[in-house]
Amino acid sequence: MTESATVVQAVEATNAAGDVGEARSLGADAWRALRKKPLFWVSLVLITIFVLMAIWPSLFTNTDPDNAVLRQARERPNANAWFGRDIQGYDIYSRVVYGARASILVGVLTTTFTVLLGGAIGTLAAYAGGWVDALVSRVTDIFFAIPLLLGAILFMAATQPRGKPYFVIILLVVTAISILGWPSLARLMRSSVMQVLPNDYVQAARALGASPWRIIRKHIIPNAMGPLIVVSTINLGAYIAAEATLSFLGIGLQPPVISWGVSISDAIVGLRTTPHMLAFPSLFLSLTVLAFIMLGDAIRDAFDPKTR
Amino acid sequence: MPEIILPKASEIGRSTTSEVILSAKDLVKHYPIKTGILRRTTGHVKAVDGVSFDLHKGETLGIVGESGCGKSTLGRLLVRLEAPTDGSVEFEGADMAKASGRELRALRRNIQIVFQDPYTSLNPRMTVGDIVGEPLDIHPDVTPKGGRRKRVQELLDLVGLNPEHINRYPHQFSGGQRQRIGIARGIALDPKVLICDEPVSALDVSVQAQVVNLMEKLQDELGLAYVFIAHDLSVVRHISDRVGVMYLGKLAELGEEDEVYDRPTHPYTQALLSAVPVPDPTLRGKREHIVLQGDVPSPANPPAGCRFHTRCWKAQERCRTDVPELILRPDGRGEHFSACHYAEPRAVVDTVDVTDVEPDERFADTDVRDPATIAAVEGQPGMDGPVQDAEGLVEETPEQRAADMSSLTMHDEGHPGKVEDPRP
Repeated sequence: MTESATVVQAVEATNAAGDVGEARSLGADAWRALRKKPLFWVSLVLITIFVLMAIWPSLFTNTDPDNAVLRQARERPNANAWFGRDIQGYDIYSRVVYGARASILVGVLTTTFTVLLGGAIGTLAAYAGGWVDALVSRVTDIFFAIPLLLGAILFMAATQPRGKPYFVIILLVVTAISILGWPSLARLMRSSVMQVLPNDYVQAARALGASPWRIIRKHIIPNAMGPLIVVSTINLGAYIAAEATLSFLGIGLQPPVISWGVSISDAIVGLRTTPHMLAFPSLFLSLTVLAFIMLGDAIRDAFDPKTR
Repeated sequence: MPEIILPKASEIGRSTTSEVILSAKDLVKHYPIKTGILRRTTGHVKAVDGVSFDLHKGETLGIVGESGCGKSTLGRLLVRLEAPTDGSVEFEGADMAKASGRELRALRRNIQIVFQDPYTSLNPRMTVGDIVGEPLDIHPDVTPKGGRRKRVQELLDLVGLNPEHINRYPHQFSGGQRQRIGIARGIALDPKVLICDEPVSALDVSVQAQVVNLMEKLQDELGLAYVFIAHDLSVVRHISDRVGVMYLGKLAELGEEDEVYDRPTHPYTQALLSAVPVPDPTLRGKREHIVLQGDVPSPANPPAGCRFHTRCWKAQERCRTDVPELILRPDGRGEHFSACHYAEPRAVVDTVDVTDVEPDERFADTDVRDPATIAAVEGQPGMDGPVQDAEGLVEETPEQRAADMSSLTMHDEGHPGKVEDPRP
C-alpha cells in the first residue's frame, strides 16, 4: 500500500482537478485537452476562414474574378488590386478567394475518401488476417505500381471531363486521386492495427465476450489511428497539389473554372519577372495545408492520454 | 482425478468442497508450422499435448513449469482465447471448447483471466472506469445500467484502489495498481473461476506480495477458484492448494501443495525444486543441487515415450518407448498423481514455510488492508505481520533460524500453506 500511496500522492499533485464528478470518456477528455491548445484554435480559425471562402466567396470580395483588365496585366500589388493582377489582367485577390472552393473541395473530399476507404480496408485486412490480408496486400501492391499522376491522367482522359459541370469535374478529380491514394493509407492502417492486435487488452476484451465490432471500435481504432491522422493531413496538401498538376496538364479543372492549382500553373511563366502572381495562390495553398496539419496534430495529441 | 480432497487444517473457513467446477480433459493445442511460398503445413508445435485436471470450487490450482512448457497456452485454452485442437474444457458440465455464439458468451461470464503484463493488459486510451466497466457493458444483464458506475467504484474499492480515480488513465498508475485494475476487470462479472496467467511475474517483489495477498483476500470473500500459472515456485506454494508441474506440454506431477513440494516423485519436479534458492547461508553448498543435462527438447519434435527421458538420470529403456500415465503413485506417505514409471520420493531442501514464524517487528506488513484498518493500526508498533517476499526469503532472528533449521530436515510437519493474518 505504501507504494501505491506515494504514487497516488504524486499523481494527485499533477492532476488535482477533475477526479470526482461525472464519468468521462476519451472523447470528452480529448475535447477538454483540445480547448486548451492555442495550436488547435489557430488552425480552426484558419480552416473556418478558408471554408467560408469556399462557400461564400462574395463575403470576401466584390471584384469579379472573371473581369480581365488587359491594360493592367501583371500589375504589382496596389491599393486597387491588393494582390496585383495576373497575366490576363485578372484581380489576383479575387481569383484566390474564388479559387478556394475547388482546392478545398478536392483536398477535403479526397482526404475523407482515402481515410475512410484506406482505414477500413487496412483495419479489415489486419484484423481478419489470412487470405483477406494476403488479397488486400497484393491489391495495394498493384496500385503502388501505378504512379499517382500517371494513373490520374489515364483516369481523367478516359472520363473526358471537358465541358462537364463544375461539381462533376471536381468529383472526377476526387475519384481519380482517391482511387490511387487509398492503398498507402490502407497499408499504414494495416501495420498499425497489427501492432495493436497482440496487446493483452484486446485479448482481455475477447475473453470478456466482446464482439469483433466492439473490439475494433473501442480498442483497435483509438489506438491505431495516430499515424493515419498525421499522414492523411500531410496528404491533404499533396492532393491539392495533385489537383493543380492535373489542371496544369490540361485534364483537371479547366478555365473558366478557378482554382489555386490553375492560378499557380498560370503564374509559372512569370516566376522571375512577376513573382507576386505565383506567391499569393501558393501562400494560400500552404496556409490551408498547414492549418490541416496543425489540426491533425492537435487531434492526435488530444486522443493520446499520455501526451496531455 | 481425485474426486474427494481432504480439507486441510488451514483451510477451515475456506470454502473448499469436492465439487468440480472446471474440468479439462485431454486438452491438446498444436500450432501448425508453415513453410515455403505455399504455406504448407510441415509440422506442429505441440504446445499443450494432453492435459487433464479438475478444478474444485474455491480452490487454487497452481501450474508451474519453465518458459515454453505450455503454461500460458493452457491458460488461454481454459478461457477459450484459443480453440483447442482436441479435448474439452467443461465448466459445470458445459463444454466450453465446443460452445459458440450466445452460449459461449454466457460461459465467458464465469471464467475470466488476469494477464501477466499490467502494461499491455489495459487499453491506454480508456479510463479506469471504462476498463473496469467494459465487462458490465458487454453483459448488460449483470448490472442495471444506472448502477454500473457505482458497481465500478465498488470493484475499485474491493481491489484496494481509490474509487475516486475512476476517470484516470492507466499510465497514471504504477505497475501494482495496474494489476489491481486488471483484477477488478476480471472479477467484475462475478466469475466462478479466475485464470491468472503469471499475474505477479512482471511486478517488483514487494508489490508481488501485495497482489498475492489481495488475490487470497478476494478468494475468501468471493469464493473464487483460481488457476494460478507462474514460474515462481515460492509464490505458487504460498497461494496454491494443489499444484501441477508442467514439462513440454504435459503435466508431470499433480497433487496437494505439500505432496508436490515435500514429497515430489517425478524427477523433473525434484530437479526443479532443487534449484530453488535457500535463503540460509549456513546451508550454502550443503544441499544437493540436481543439474540437468542438455536443453528442453523442441515442442515441435518432442521425444517419444516419457518427454523427460532425454534429460532424466533415472531413464531406462522403457522410458524411451512407453508414455508414463499421470496416475496415483506412492510418494512415501500417501500417493499422488505423477507421470513417471519410476516415481519415488526424494528429500529435497525446499522453500521455507513461514507460517509459524513469529512476525518481526522491524519490518513492515505486506498484507492487503483496507484504508480504515490501516488508520486504526497506525501508531501501534509491533502489529506488523511476517515479512516474506515472493522468493520465499524470510528475514529471521537467530532463534527462528534455529527453529527453521530443524523444520528443513524434518518433512513430516503438516504444511498449513497460508500465512495467517496477524491483524487483530
